[in-house]
Amino acid sequence: MTDTRFDPQASSDWATAEPEAPQPALGGSQPLVPAASIAGRALVTVIAIMTFLAALTAGAAQLVAEASSGWRSSVAREVTIQIRPSPGRDIEADLAKAAALAKAAPGVADIRVYTKAESERLLEPWLGTGLNFDELPVPRVVILRLEAGNRPDFAALRKALTETVRGATLDDHRIWIDRLGVMANTLVVLGIGVTILVLAATGLAVVFATSGAMSGNREIVEVLHFVGASDDYIAREFQRHFLQLGLKGGLIGGICAIVFFLGAGALSSSFVATPGGSQIEALFGTVALGIGGFVAIGAIVAVVAGVTAVVSRVTVRRTLREIG
Amino acid sequence: MVRFENVGLRYGMGPEVLRDISFSIEPQSFQFLTGPSGAGKTTLLRLILLSLRPTRGLINLFGHDVAGIEKDTLTALRRRMGVVFQDFRLLEHLTTYENVALPLRVQGREEASYRAEVVELLRWVGLGERMHVLPPVLSGGEKQRAAIARALIAQPQLLLADEPTGNVDPSLARRLLRLFVELNKTGTAIVIATHDIALMEQFDAARRLVLGEGRLYVYD
Repeated sequence: MTDTRFDPQASSDWATAEPEAPQPALGGSQPLVPAASIAGRALVTVIAIMTFLAALTAGAAQLVAEASSGWRSSVAREVTIQIRPSPGRDIEADLAKAAALAKAAPGVADIRVYTKAESERLLEPWLGTGLNFDELPVPRVVILRLEAGNRPDFAALRKALTETVRGATLDDHRIWIDRLGVMANTLVVLGIGVTILVLAATGLAVVFATSGAMSGNREIVEVLHFVGASDDYIAREFQRHFLQLGLKGGLIGGICAIVFFLGAGALSSSFVATPGGSQIEALFGTVALGIGGFVAIGAIVAVVAGVTAVVSRVTVRRTLREIG
Repeated sequence: MVRFENVGLRYGMGPEVLRDISFSIEPQSFQFLTGPSGAGKTTLLRLILLSLRPTRGLINLFGHDVAGIEKDTLTALRRRMGVVFQDFRLLEHLTTYENVALPLRVQGREEASYRAEVVELLRWVGLGERMHVLPPVLSGGEKQRAAIARALIAQPQLLLADEPTGNVDPSLARRLLRLFVELNKTGTAIVIATHDIALMEQFDAARRLVLGEGRLYVYD
């Protein structure tokens, strides 16, 4: 008020009562939308829980995908030749022929012929120990370890084996790999679906919270209009408020999920020496989230904040139109 | 600067609460808008502020016909007016300083650019020591002065005040009136809605716009 239009120092009933105090430190301006409110805290909690659940689902899907990839690659790295004993045939000679054929095939890195005792031991989990297997026609096994990235021509090898060694079969475990793949993919798709549902629920929660906040702050909106604030300005203030709430809730949920996975990883490492731990590790791999998992959780936090910002923007604009 | 021609207003399908209102407010003029309680003083102020739209008639504000006015124009027109609400309408989570600075802040100005003038105005209205205080702590008179300071800070061409002395003692009412008169001398047109006859008698030179039974009578 220092221009010529209006000089407050000219004469005033209050001016003399005011000492010339030094310019106070006024600090930054408060947000126009009250920052701390019960509705705001509830929204942060809801967003944190939603983000935690979404991150948990995405992390679990990531673990399954990694474990499945591990299973499939280890299963796919080996194929088995099985030779059934038949009367009048020298099974050791048949094994030697099969091993020679396999070793000559391109793409086979190494072979291992299981001894009779080793083959019999494979049956122990089903038949028990201490049995005399001499009377049983126990099949013999040759394990072929394959070179990485160079798969042999299984059809040709299978044909050569059946022509050369009677009773020999080649199992490339394709059926198991396919089943594992389908199962893992199903779980991953389910995980993505649940994550999307949780994000959608978060969006809806934000719609209700934004509408509620706009109704609760209707008087603020009206005053802002009267003092000359444009709709754009008011919308920006509300959006900033909700983006902050979204980021806060998202970060809390994301950090909780990361702590959960780190804790679960540490716990599974401490159990790995026990029989149960070994089984779990064999089935699911290590419960250690890779970089991809952490990136996914970070992306979920960003998406949650983004969803909050976009949804609140739309809701604020709609409410301003209604008020207008 | 403000021109009403045969303006009528009704809520829904009810009777007209304002009928055939015709008047104008000239630059640098001073007028009291008066009438009994419930006569429609606040409603008429809201029509000027464009927070209500007339059901008939023509309103022209600063040369703009308000029928079908664009949002941006509406915002620009409101920035040329200052308003003091009967119930103050200070934002309770903002300090006195932040409330008074609000009209400048919403124009997108940096705080450093207006800090000195806000502090100066606050001192002028006697709130220099209360600028860091939140409204719930202020007395009725202090709230009134904060609301007036907020209306003045952007140097409006037209100041609308709804019962600005309704919540203060007669002594403070006189001082507030002197403040409005002083502001008017600097070129701001003033409309004070009041039913306080004693207040009006202190400034006989002002025009009187009297509302009664939905009609407006102008006494120059």
